[in-house]
Order: sequence, then C-alpha cells, then structure tokens
Amino acid sequence: MTLTKVKMPYLLLLPGFLFLFTFFILPIVNLAQTSTQTPIAGGDTGQYEQSLRFANYLNAFTENKEQFARSFIFALCATVLALAIAYPLAYAIAFKAGRLKNFLLVLVVAPFFVSFLLRTVAWKQILGEEGFVVPGLRTLGIISQSTTLTSTSFAVVMGMTYNFLPFMTLPLYASLERIDPRTMEASGDLYANGLTTFRKVTLPLSMPGVVAGTLLTFIPAAGDYVNAAILGSPNTKMIGNVIESRYFKIVDYPTAAALSFTLMAAILILVTLYIRKAGTEELV
Amino acid sequence: MTQVQSNSKASRQKDASIPTFPLKARISRWFGRNLIRIYAVFGFTYLFIPVAYTFAFSFNDSGKSNLVWKGFTLDNWKNPCGAPEVCAALGNSIKIGLLATTFSTILGTMIAFAIGRYAFKGRSSSNLLIFLPMATPEIVLGASLLSLFLVFHINPGFWPTVIAHVMFCISFVVVTVKARIASLDPRLEQAAMDLYANELETFKKVTLPLVAPGIAGAALLAFSLSFDDFIITNFNSGTLKTFPEFVYTSAARGIPAQANVIGSAMFFLALIIVIAGQFVGKKAKVAK
Repeated sequence: MTLTKVKMPYLLLLPGFLFLFTFFILPIVNLAQTSTQTPIAGGDTGQYEQSLRFANYLNAFTENKEQFARSFIFALCATVLALAIAYPLAYAIAFKAGRLKNFLLVLVVAPFFVSFLLRTVAWKQILGEEGFVVPGLRTLGIISQSTTLTSTSFAVVMGMTYNFLPFMTLPLYASLERIDPRTMEASGDLYANGLTTFRKVTLPLSMPGVVAGTLLTFIPAAGDYVNAAILGSPNTKMIGNVIESRYFKIVDYPTAAALSFTLMAAILILVTLYIRKAGTEELV
Repeated sequence: MTQVQSNSKASRQKDASIPTFPLKARISRWFGRNLIRIYAVFGFTYLFIPVAYTFAFSFNDSGKSNLVWKGFTLDNWKNPCGAPEVCAALGNSIKIGLLATTFSTILGTMIAFAIGRYAFKGRSSSNLLIFLPMATPEIVLGASLLSLFLVFHINPGFWPTVIAHVMFCISFVVVTVKARIASLDPRLEQAAMDLYANELETFKKVTLPLVAPGIAGAALLAFSLSFDDFIITNFNSGTLKTFPEFVYTSAARGIPAQANVIGSAMFFLALIIVIAGQFVGKKAKVAK
C-alpha cells in the first residue's frame, strides 16, 4: 500500500514526461548540436556535419543585429501598449461590471475564436488602401496623401498588440479580481484620493498579474513573425522572419538553430532580470 | 450596457448620502469611474473591429479575392466549401485538433494530479519542466522539433503535426487542471473516506466529478490552441495544409470569403459552447 503510494506520482508523471522529454527536451538538445555544424564539403545543400563551430553564433548575430534589435523593440512596444489597453479593461471588468462581469470576460476571449490569422489579415485590409481608415484619415487631413498605414512598423506593433491582448487582460483580471474591495475603501476612508489609492493600494496588489501578463505578451511577441509577414514590409523584418526563411528558403539549419538559441537565451536573461526586479516568485 | 449605467447610478446615490466627502473629490471620483467605462468601451471596440470585419465580409459577393465590398450575398454561407482547399484545410485542422486535445488532456491531467496531489522528490523540477515549453518562443519549439524529425528521417506531415500540438498543449492542460485541483476542498474527500469509501471509489465518485469542469476547460483550451496554431504547425506539417496555413498562404492574393464564413461560424459556435457551459455550471451550483 505505502509502496504504491510512493510510486503513484511517478507513475502518473511517466507517460507525459516521457513525451515531453522526447519531443521537447531532445529537440532542444538536438538544436544545440545543429547550431555548431558546418556544411559538408562537396555535399548537397542541407547536409551538415558537426564541427563545433561556435563562430556560427557570432556570424548569425552580427548578420542579424538589426532584426534582433527590432524584435525586442517591437515586442517591448506591443507589451507596453497592451498593458495600457488591458489594465483599464481588466479593472473595469473586475470592479465596474456588476452582473455583466462573466459576460464581459467571455467577450475578451471571444475574438480568440476567430482564427488569429483571419483577424490579422482583416487588419491588413482595414488599414490598407482599400479599407476605410486610410481614406478617412486622408480626407480629415490627419495623414498626407502619400502616407500608408500597412507595411509600416506601426502596423506590425499594432497587430502584435491586438493579437496578444487577451494574454495580458486575463492574468490582470485574475489578480485584480482577487483584491478585496475593502482595502480600496479603507484607503479612501484615510483620505487618499482615487489616484493615490490606485498608486498605493490597487497597483501594488495587482503586480503578480502585471508580471504574468507582460511575460505572456513579451515572450511570444519577441519570437513572432506572422504579424511582421502580413502587416509589415521587408524593412520591418523580425528575428522570427529570419529564422523562418533560413529554415525553409535557404536551408541553412545551423544559422537558424544558432539564431533560435540566441533568441531563447536573450529572452531568458531578460525575463530573469525582469522577475528579479519585479520581485514576484509565484508565477507558475 | 443599461446594467452598467443603473449600477453606477446606485453607487452615485450612495456617495451622495455621505456628506463628509468634499465636492471636488466626489466629482473627480465620479469622472474617474466613468472614464474607465468609456475606456473599456474603446478597448472592446478595438477587440471586435476585425471580428466584425471578418463577419461582414463573409457576406461579400466577391468572387475569388475578398478585398473590396462588391455586394451582399448569402452564397458563401450556403456553400462554405465552394472555394478550393478551404474545407480540406478545415478538416485537417479539426482532425489534428481532436487528436491533440485527446492526448494532451490525458497526459496533462495525469501530470496535474501527480503535481497537485502528491508531495514527492522532484516536484519543483517537474513544475519547471511544465513551465519551460510555455516560456519558449513558438518558433524555437517548431524549429527544434523539425530538426529532430529530420535527423530521424521522419517526413513532416500529419502525425508530426499532431505530436507537435500535443507537446505544446500539455503544459496548458496541466496548469488549468492543477488550478482546479488546488481549489478543491480536501474535506470532501476526507468525508468520503470516513464513509468507508476506498481510495479508488473516492477518486471515482468524489474527486473526478469535482475536477471534471477543470478538465473540460483544459480540453477546450487545448483544442482552441491547436486549431489556431500557425508557427509550430508551419514547421512540422510539410505539404499538409491546416486552416491557419491556408489563410496565411492565400493572404497575399486575398482570401476567399468562405474562409470568413468558417471563421465566423467557429466564433459563434465557441461562444455558444462557452455560454452554455457557464449556464450548466450555474445550474449545477443551484442544484447543490
């Protein structure tokens, strides 16, 4: 009896962890091996051999510095914008919605159900020459006749902000909803105005949600290439676009692998620093 | 929306009955309260603009490329498979989604029970292993899995895609089910044991029914993640085309209106499932 009790958790873990080991850990290890390979002399394209060439990393990075920088800047912009849009939204749902709370929460997730590619293509058409936004802004004189909205950094950042908005809103809502409204009332009773109450009570109490939401937005945004491919131009290429084309168009697996690892390492370092700074440990 | 307004009126009256608040603070607080509502309306508008656009253009009498509004028609809804490849791609997505959901829900639920229910050596590293796939950018997951398949000379296609989807769905299932297990009242199981139920009976009659809504939610999440995935799929599907891949490749020349029909139909279907789920949940609570 006690023996099965000791064994039980491991038996439950075994199939799933075997799967994750084979199809998550092993591929990552394999990718690490690929990243230091070089082309076989006289071999076909796509044939590589291990030669522990760590200079692959240096080359991959220096060749694509610009796209790396752009990925992180775009992801940062999208994260900040998503936070600015999602926080009031989550706040309104948590504290101001009354009986509509559950319904509004469904509405936040609902756009998810339309394939995100369809929605991104829809943005492209809405912001495009034939959409209603550009001609409207032109007649109003807000943008000049030659200005376009698609194929710009603006469109890519806006698309990413849009696509990752639910990832930001849901954790924010979860942490705001947990706040006891009496703590805010108490702050008001102690003569704090609305802004002070927000700064000193609500915001600090919602920090776990802010940290989780910004991570859930920033990580996928930094590796994204779909928004840049649909809404951007060759001038707005992100590191994801480079990895994708190295893999499929140029069949340069080592560079693609080295770029993937650099991206992962950069994200891990940034995330660790961020969590240290934000001081939240209870993430998972 | 009327609900929100009447609610704010009620709280305004409450404020008015407290005379100690200075007028200026009251005005600013009133303004703050409504400002956030106006802001929320803008937020929801932003969220729904492309949804409305997709829905509207599913009625477009557009022919092949659905870029400009040419007139209203119901033809696309009557014949959603009218455009070549749309329904084949949809079929692939549904098949992959169902298989990935089944496997990831079973494996993930088992892990969630192990982590949520037992104290054992290696529990925190297990948590880390679950967290890592969620913290890895999709493009790295997709690219690394493809290189593994290439090493073993496995051609990308249907089953590699299913495997890829199971892999990234497991973590989300674990997190969802674990949250449900953590919210259980341990006294319910203790009560069952006190009434001479053995471990298996307790699990079957008490624990599992209580965790079931969490498992159902996790399965729904897994299906929608799998159905909507593009990046990892694109790396591992080879010549097979899923629905998101179909939209991506046809985006350059304008996607057919039938894709909008399918997107809109999925939207309403999912909305009905979620609302029905909430309704059933409420009824179950009342019944208790």
